[in-house]
Amino acid sequence: MAGFKLRRSLLYVPGNMPSMLQNIPIFNCDSVIIDLEDAVPLSEKDAARHLVRHFLLNYTDRNKELLVRINPLDTKWGYEDLKVVLPAMPDGIRLPKADTPEIVERLDTLLTEFEEELEVEIGRFGILPSLESALGVINAVGIANSSERIFALAFGAEDYTASMEIERSRGGEELFNARTRVLWAAKAKGIQAVDTIFADVSDMEGLRNETELAKRLGYTGKCLVNPRQIEVVHDVFAPKQHEVEYALQVIEAIQRARQLGTGVIALGGKMVDAPVVKRAARVLRTAYAHGMVDTLIDEEAIHGAQ
Amino acid sequence: MKIVKKAQAGTMQSSDLMVFLEPAETLNVTIESTVLKQFGALIRAKVDEVLAKHGVDAGEVRITDRGALDYAIEARLETAIMRATEG
Repeated sequence: MAGFKLRRSLLYVPGNMPSMLQNIPIFNCDSVIIDLEDAVPLSEKDAARHLVRHFLLNYTDRNKELLVRINPLDTKWGYEDLKVVLPAMPDGIRLPKADTPEIVERLDTLLTEFEEELEVEIGRFGILPSLESALGVINAVGIANSSERIFALAFGAEDYTASMEIERSRGGEELFNARTRVLWAAKAKGIQAVDTIFADVSDMEGLRNETELAKRLGYTGKCLVNPRQIEVVHDVFAPKQHEVEYALQVIEAIQRARQLGTGVIALGGKMVDAPVVKRAARVLRTAYAHGMVDTLIDEEAIHGAQ
Repeated sequence: MKIVKKAQAGTMQSSDLMVFLEPAETLNVTIESTVLKQFGALIRAKVDEVLAKHGVDAGEVRITDRGALDYAIEARLETAIMRATEG
Protein backbone atom coordinates (compact mmCIF):
# COMPACT_ATOMS: atom_id res chain seq x y z
CA MET A 1 0.00 0.00 0.00
CA ALA A 2 2.02 2.93 -1.26
CA GLY A 3 2.02 6.06 0.84
CA PHE A 4 0.42 4.45 3.88
CA LYS A 5 1.03 6.82 6.75
CA LEU A 6 0.06 6.16 10.31
CA ARG A 7 -2.10 9.02 11.58
CA ARG A 8 -3.44 7.93 14.92
CA SER A 9 -2.75 11.12 16.82
CA LEU A 10 -2.95 14.67 15.42
CA LEU A 11 -2.02 17.11 18.17
CA TYR A 12 -3.12 20.75 18.08
CA VAL A 13 -0.44 23.24 19.09
CA PRO A 14 -1.30 26.94 19.47
CA GLY A 15 0.53 28.99 16.85
CA ASN A 16 1.35 31.97 19.01
CA MET A 17 3.14 30.21 21.89
CA PRO A 18 6.89 29.67 21.51
CA SER A 19 6.99 27.45 24.60
CA MET A 20 4.56 25.00 22.96
CA LEU A 21 5.97 25.21 19.43
CA GLN A 22 9.45 24.40 20.70
CA ASN A 23 8.19 21.16 22.19
CA ILE A 24 6.89 19.85 18.86
CA PRO A 25 10.06 17.86 18.13
CA ILE A 26 9.70 15.88 21.37
CA PHE A 27 5.98 15.07 21.22
CA ASN A 28 5.53 11.45 20.17
CA CYS A 29 2.33 12.01 18.18
CA ASP A 30 2.09 11.10 14.48
CA SER A 31 1.14 14.58 13.30
CA VAL A 32 0.98 18.08 14.67
CA ILE A 33 -1.57 20.71 13.67
CA ILE A 34 -0.16 24.15 14.36
CA ASP A 35 -3.16 26.37 14.90
CA LEU A 36 -3.51 29.86 13.47
CA GLU A 37 -7.29 29.84 13.81
CA ASP A 38 -9.20 29.40 17.08
CA ALA A 39 -6.14 29.36 19.36
CA VAL A 40 -4.99 32.78 18.17
CA PRO A 41 -6.78 36.02 19.16
CA LEU A 42 -7.77 38.30 16.29
CA SER A 43 -5.20 40.93 17.28
CA GLU A 44 -2.34 38.41 17.05
CA LYS A 45 -3.04 36.74 13.68
CA ASP A 46 -0.06 38.49 12.04
CA ALA A 47 2.27 37.68 14.93
CA ALA A 48 1.30 34.00 15.01
CA ARG A 49 1.91 33.40 11.32
CA HIS A 50 5.35 35.02 11.53
CA LEU A 51 6.20 32.94 14.57
CA VAL A 52 5.07 29.71 12.90
CA ARG A 53 7.00 30.54 9.74
CA HIS A 54 10.25 31.14 11.61
CA PHE A 55 9.71 28.11 13.81
CA LEU A 56 9.22 25.86 10.75
CA LEU A 57 12.20 27.36 8.92
CA ASN A 58 14.36 26.45 11.91
CA TYR A 59 12.85 22.99 12.43
CA THR A 60 14.92 21.28 9.77
CA ASP A 61 15.34 17.89 11.39
CA ARG A 62 11.66 17.00 11.10
CA ASN A 63 10.39 13.88 12.78
CA LYS A 64 6.63 14.05 12.29
CA GLU A 65 3.98 15.30 9.91
CA LEU A 66 3.44 19.06 10.22
CA LEU A 67 0.08 20.55 9.32
CA VAL A 68 -1.01 24.16 9.75
CA ARG A 69 -4.61 25.07 10.47
CA ILE A 70 -5.13 28.34 8.64
CA ASN A 71 -8.02 30.73 9.10
CA PRO A 72 -11.00 30.10 6.82
CA LEU A 73 -10.42 31.36 3.28
CA ASP A 74 -13.40 33.71 3.47
CA THR A 75 -11.74 35.69 6.28
CA LYS A 76 -9.12 38.35 5.66
CA TRP A 77 -6.44 36.17 7.31
CA GLY A 78 -6.71 32.89 5.37
CA TYR A 79 -4.80 33.87 2.25
CA GLU A 80 -2.13 35.74 4.21
CA ASP A 81 -1.62 32.65 6.40
CA LEU A 82 -0.80 30.62 3.29
CA LYS A 83 1.47 33.28 1.87
CA VAL A 84 3.57 33.56 5.02
CA VAL A 85 3.64 29.92 6.12
CA LEU A 86 3.93 27.89 2.89
CA PRO A 87 7.51 28.97 2.09
CA ALA A 88 8.46 27.30 5.39
CA MET A 89 7.25 23.98 3.91
CA PRO A 90 4.61 22.45 6.15
CA ASP A 91 3.35 19.06 4.93
CA GLY A 92 -0.20 20.21 4.56
CA ILE A 93 -3.02 22.55 5.46
CA ARG A 94 -5.93 21.82 7.72
CA LEU A 95 -8.80 23.74 6.22
CA PRO A 96 -11.44 24.79 8.75
CA LYS A 97 -15.09 25.13 7.75
CA ALA A 98 -14.68 23.06 4.60
CA ASP A 99 -18.41 23.20 4.04
CA THR A 100 -18.48 22.68 0.27
CA PRO A 101 -16.31 21.09 -2.44
CA GLU A 102 -15.86 24.58 -3.96
CA ILE A 103 -14.08 25.86 -0.84
CA VAL A 104 -11.60 22.98 -1.00
CA GLU A 105 -11.13 23.45 -4.75
CA ARG A 106 -10.26 27.07 -4.07
CA LEU A 107 -7.58 26.05 -1.59
CA ASP A 108 -6.30 23.46 -4.08
CA THR A 109 -5.90 26.15 -6.73
CA LEU A 110 -4.11 28.49 -4.32
CA LEU A 111 -1.74 25.72 -3.25
CA THR A 112 -0.91 24.97 -6.88
CA GLU A 113 -0.12 28.64 -7.44
CA PHE A 114 2.16 28.74 -4.41
CA GLU A 115 3.86 25.51 -5.47
CA GLU A 116 4.61 27.01 -8.87
CA GLU A 117 5.94 30.16 -7.26
CA LEU A 118 8.05 28.21 -4.76
CA GLU A 119 9.18 25.82 -7.49
CA VAL A 120 8.22 22.69 -5.60
CA GLU A 121 6.41 19.61 -6.84
CA ILE A 122 2.71 20.17 -7.61
CA GLY A 123 0.73 18.30 -5.00
CA ARG A 124 3.42 18.66 -2.34
CA PHE A 125 1.06 20.37 0.11
CA GLY A 126 -1.71 18.09 1.33
CA ILE A 127 -5.18 19.10 2.48
CA LEU A 128 -7.03 17.92 5.56
CA PRO A 129 -10.55 19.39 5.33
CA SER A 130 -12.55 19.88 8.53
CA LEU A 131 -16.14 18.78 8.22
CA GLU A 132 -17.57 20.71 11.10
CA SER A 133 -21.06 21.91 10.18
CA ALA A 134 -24.32 20.37 9.05
CA LEU A 135 -23.51 21.57 5.52
CA GLY A 136 -20.00 20.11 5.59
CA VAL A 137 -21.32 16.73 6.76
CA ILE A 138 -24.02 16.70 4.06
CA ASN A 139 -21.37 17.51 1.43
CA ALA A 140 -18.86 14.96 2.73
CA VAL A 141 -18.81 12.85 -0.45
CA GLY A 142 -18.29 15.82 -2.75
CA ILE A 143 -15.60 17.23 -0.48
CA ALA A 144 -13.71 13.92 -0.34
CA ASN A 145 -13.60 13.99 -4.15
CA SER A 146 -12.82 17.68 -4.55
CA SER A 147 -9.02 17.43 -4.56
CA GLU A 148 -6.38 14.74 -4.96
CA ARG A 149 -4.44 16.48 -2.19
CA ILE A 150 -6.90 15.26 0.42
CA PHE A 151 -5.34 12.41 2.42
CA ALA A 152 -8.04 12.24 5.11
CA LEU A 153 -11.32 13.79 6.22
CA ALA A 154 -11.49 15.27 9.69
CA PHE A 155 -14.69 15.47 11.65
CA GLY A 156 -15.01 18.48 13.99
CA ALA A 157 -17.67 17.95 16.61
CA GLU A 158 -17.35 21.23 18.52
CA ASP A 159 -18.38 23.43 15.61
CA TYR A 160 -20.73 20.75 14.29
CA THR A 161 -22.77 20.69 17.49
CA ALA A 162 -22.80 24.49 17.47
CA SER A 163 -24.17 24.46 13.90
CA MET A 164 -26.81 21.93 14.98
CA GLU A 165 -27.72 24.05 18.01
CA ILE A 166 -27.16 21.11 20.33
CA GLU A 167 -24.85 20.24 23.22
CA ARG A 168 -22.10 17.68 22.92
CA SER A 169 -22.68 14.80 25.33
CA ARG A 170 -20.24 12.41 26.93
CA GLY A 171 -21.74 9.41 25.15
CA GLY A 172 -21.73 11.17 21.77
CA GLU A 173 -25.09 9.77 20.55
CA GLU A 174 -25.85 13.12 18.88
CA LEU A 175 -22.74 12.71 16.69
CA PHE A 176 -23.46 9.23 15.44
CA ASN A 177 -24.96 10.05 12.05
CA ALA A 178 -22.44 12.75 11.23
CA ARG A 179 -19.50 10.57 12.26
CA THR A 180 -20.79 7.77 10.05
CA ARG A 181 -21.42 9.98 7.05
CA VAL A 182 -17.91 11.43 7.19
CA LEU A 183 -16.58 7.87 7.42
CA TRP A 184 -18.56 6.64 4.42
CA ALA A 185 -17.21 9.49 2.32
CA ALA A 186 -13.63 8.80 3.42
CA LYS A 187 -13.84 5.03 2.95
CA ALA A 188 -15.53 5.34 -0.44
CA LYS A 189 -12.68 7.56 -1.58
CA GLY A 190 -10.06 5.30 0.03
CA ILE A 191 -8.66 7.94 2.38
CA GLN A 192 -8.27 8.11 6.15
CA ALA A 193 -10.84 9.43 8.62
CA VAL A 194 -9.81 11.45 11.66
CA ASP A 195 -12.12 11.85 14.62
CA THR A 196 -12.84 15.03 16.56
CA ILE A 197 -11.07 16.32 19.68
CA PHE A 198 -11.94 15.28 23.21
CA ALA A 199 -11.79 18.52 25.17
CA ASP A 200 -11.66 17.32 28.79
CA VAL A 201 -7.95 16.77 29.36
CA SER A 202 -8.48 15.40 32.88
CA ASP A 203 -10.93 12.67 31.76
CA MET A 204 -8.72 9.89 30.40
CA GLU A 205 -11.45 7.28 30.73
CA GLY A 206 -13.82 9.38 28.65
CA LEU A 207 -11.09 9.88 26.06
CA ARG A 208 -10.46 6.14 25.91
CA ASN A 209 -14.16 5.33 25.52
CA GLU A 210 -14.62 7.89 22.77
CA THR A 211 -11.50 6.74 20.92
CA GLU A 212 -12.62 3.12 21.15
CA LEU A 213 -15.99 4.08 19.70
CA ALA A 214 -14.34 5.99 16.86
CA LYS A 215 -12.07 3.04 16.11
CA ARG A 216 -14.99 0.58 16.13
CA LEU A 217 -16.82 2.79 13.63
CA GLY A 218 -13.80 2.91 11.33
CA TYR A 219 -11.82 6.04 12.22
CA THR A 220 -8.06 5.65 11.95
CA GLY A 221 -7.00 8.60 14.08
CA LYS A 222 -8.05 11.33 16.44
CA CYS A 223 -7.27 14.99 16.98
CA LEU A 224 -5.88 15.90 20.38
CA VAL A 225 -5.73 19.06 22.43
CA ASN A 226 -3.03 18.02 24.89
CA PRO A 227 0.10 15.85 24.65
CA ARG A 228 -1.10 13.89 27.68
CA GLN A 229 -3.78 12.38 25.42
CA ILE A 230 -1.31 10.81 22.98
CA GLU A 231 -0.60 7.64 24.93
CA VAL A 232 -4.24 6.63 25.39
CA VAL A 233 -5.02 7.19 21.71
CA HIS A 234 -2.00 5.19 20.54
CA ASP A 235 -2.92 2.41 22.91
CA VAL A 236 -6.47 2.21 21.54
CA PHE A 237 -5.40 2.29 17.88
CA ALA A 238 -2.59 -0.25 18.30
CA PRO A 239 -3.66 -3.69 17.07
CA LYS A 240 -3.89 -6.16 19.96
CA GLN A 241 -1.43 -9.05 19.96
CA HIS A 242 -4.23 -11.64 19.57
CA GLU A 243 -5.61 -9.71 16.56
CA VAL A 244 -2.20 -9.79 14.90
CA GLU A 245 -1.79 -13.49 15.57
CA TYR A 246 -5.23 -14.24 14.20
CA ALA A 247 -4.56 -12.13 11.09
CA LEU A 248 -1.34 -14.06 10.42
CA GLN A 249 -3.30 -17.32 10.74
CA VAL A 250 -5.91 -16.02 8.29
CA ILE A 251 -3.25 -15.22 5.69
CA GLU A 252 -1.66 -18.63 6.19
CA ALA A 253 -5.06 -20.33 5.88
CA ILE A 254 -6.02 -18.55 2.67
CA GLN A 255 -2.66 -19.38 1.12
CA ARG A 256 -3.29 -23.02 2.01
CA ALA A 257 -6.76 -22.75 0.48
CA ARG A 258 -5.37 -21.35 -2.78
CA GLN A 259 -2.97 -24.25 -3.04
CA LEU A 260 -6.04 -26.46 -2.88
CA GLY A 261 -7.64 -24.42 -5.63
CA THR A 262 -10.30 -22.72 -3.51
CA GLY A 263 -10.86 -19.22 -2.17
CA VAL A 264 -12.58 -20.23 1.03
CA ILE A 265 -11.43 -22.30 3.99
CA ALA A 266 -12.33 -22.86 7.65
CA LEU A 267 -10.11 -21.55 10.42
CA GLY A 268 -10.99 -22.58 13.96
CA GLY A 269 -14.53 -23.38 12.79
CA LYS A 270 -15.02 -19.98 11.12
CA MET A 271 -15.17 -19.29 7.41
CA VAL A 272 -12.25 -17.41 5.88
CA ASP A 273 -12.80 -15.82 2.49
CA ALA A 274 -11.86 -12.61 0.66
CA PRO A 275 -13.41 -9.99 3.03
CA VAL A 276 -11.88 -11.76 6.07
CA VAL A 277 -8.50 -11.72 4.32
CA LYS A 278 -8.90 -8.01 3.55
CA ARG A 279 -9.56 -7.22 7.20
CA ALA A 280 -6.59 -9.35 8.25
CA ALA A 281 -4.40 -7.50 5.75
CA ARG A 282 -5.47 -4.18 7.26
CA VAL A 283 -4.59 -5.40 10.76
CA LEU A 284 -1.18 -6.56 9.50
CA ARG A 285 -0.46 -3.27 7.74
CA THR A 286 -1.28 -1.36 10.91
CA ALA A 287 0.78 -3.85 12.92
CA TYR A 288 3.68 -3.29 10.55
CA ALA A 289 3.42 0.47 11.06
CA HIS A 290 3.53 -0.17 14.82
CA GLY A 291 6.60 -2.37 14.43
CA MET A 292 4.68 -5.47 15.61
CA VAL A 293 5.45 -7.52 12.49
CA ASP A 294 8.65 -7.45 10.43
CA THR A 295 7.34 -7.55 6.89
CA LEU A 296 4.71 -5.56 5.08
CA ILE A 297 2.07 -7.84 3.61
CA ASP A 298 2.14 -7.90 -0.20
CA GLU A 299 -0.78 -7.69 -2.59
CA GLU A 300 -0.35 -11.27 -3.77
CA ALA A 301 -0.83 -12.59 -0.23
CA ILE A 302 -4.09 -10.64 -0.02
CA HIS A 303 -5.54 -11.39 -3.43
CA GLY A 304 -3.60 -14.44 -4.62
CA ALA A 305 -1.67 -14.72 -7.90
CA GLN A 306 -3.68 -14.07 -11.07
CA MET B 1 11.79 50.57 6.47
CA LYS B 2 10.97 53.54 8.63
CA ILE B 3 9.35 53.26 12.03
CA VAL B 4 6.48 55.71 11.79
CA LYS B 5 4.48 54.83 14.89
CA LYS B 6 4.65 53.07 18.22
CA ALA B 7 4.17 49.31 18.05
CA GLN B 8 4.74 46.23 20.13
CA ALA B 9 4.72 42.47 19.59
CA GLY B 10 5.18 39.30 21.62
CA THR B 11 4.14 38.21 25.09
CA MET B 12 5.65 37.94 28.56
CA GLN B 13 5.35 34.14 28.59
CA SER B 14 8.44 32.04 29.07
CA SER B 15 10.43 31.33 25.87
CA ASP B 16 8.92 34.51 24.39
CA LEU B 17 9.83 38.18 24.33
CA MET B 18 8.19 41.59 24.05
CA VAL B 19 9.39 44.04 21.47
CA PHE B 20 8.58 47.77 21.75
CA LEU B 21 9.30 50.11 18.88
CA GLU B 22 9.03 53.91 18.72
CA PRO B 23 10.05 56.44 16.10
CA ALA B 24 13.36 58.21 16.87
CA GLU B 25 16.10 60.10 15.05
CA THR B 26 18.79 57.50 15.79
CA LEU B 27 18.85 53.78 16.49
CA ASN B 28 18.84 52.93 20.17
CA VAL B 29 18.49 49.30 21.28
CA THR B 30 17.98 48.27 24.91
CA ILE B 31 17.67 44.66 26.02
CA GLU B 32 16.35 43.27 29.29
CA SER B 33 16.62 39.55 29.70
CA THR B 34 16.42 36.81 32.28
CA VAL B 35 19.53 35.39 30.60
CA LEU B 36 21.30 38.68 29.80
CA LYS B 37 24.64 37.63 31.29
CA GLN B 38 24.93 34.43 29.24
CA PHE B 39 23.16 35.42 26.04
CA GLY B 40 22.99 39.23 25.94
CA ALA B 41 25.54 39.52 23.14
CA LEU B 42 23.83 36.84 21.04
CA ILE B 43 20.40 38.44 21.46
CA ARG B 44 21.87 41.80 20.47
CA ALA B 45 23.50 40.26 17.40
CA LYS B 46 20.20 38.69 16.33
CA VAL B 47 18.31 41.95 16.88
CA ASP B 48 20.87 43.89 14.82
CA GLU B 49 20.69 41.29 12.06
CA VAL B 50 16.89 41.48 11.81
CA LEU B 51 16.83 45.29 11.93
CA ALA B 52 19.42 45.40 9.15
CA LYS B 53 17.49 42.84 7.10
CA HIS B 54 14.44 45.09 7.19
CA GLY B 55 16.45 48.26 6.66
CA VAL B 56 15.57 49.79 10.02
CA ASP B 57 18.31 52.26 10.92
CA ALA B 58 16.50 54.56 13.30
CA GLY B 59 14.11 54.06 16.21
CA GLU B 60 13.80 53.28 19.87
CA VAL B 61 13.95 49.47 20.17
CA ARG B 62 13.22 47.93 23.55
CA ILE B 63 13.36 44.16 24.07
CA THR B 64 12.15 42.34 27.18
CA ASP B 65 13.28 38.78 26.77
CA ARG B 66 11.99 35.72 28.62
CA GLY B 67 14.47 33.21 27.29
CA ALA B 68 13.36 33.24 23.64
CA LEU B 69 15.23 31.30 20.98
CA ASP B 70 16.53 32.97 17.82
CA TYR B 71 13.51 32.11 15.65
CA ALA B 72 11.16 33.76 18.17
CA ILE B 73 13.32 36.89 18.40
CA GLU B 74 13.29 37.16 14.63
CA ALA B 75 9.52 36.56 14.37
CA ARG B 76 8.50 39.00 17.13
CA LEU B 77 10.81 41.72 15.89
CA GLU B 78 9.55 41.23 12.34
CA THR B 79 5.92 41.51 13.50
CA ALA B 80 6.71 44.67 15.49
CA ILE B 81 8.48 46.20 12.47
CA MET B 82 5.50 45.44 10.20
CA ARG B 83 3.15 47.00 12.75
CA ALA B 84 5.34 50.07 13.23
CA THR B 85 5.90 50.74 9.56
CA GLU B 86 2.51 50.13 7.97
CA GLY B 87 0.62 53.22 6.90
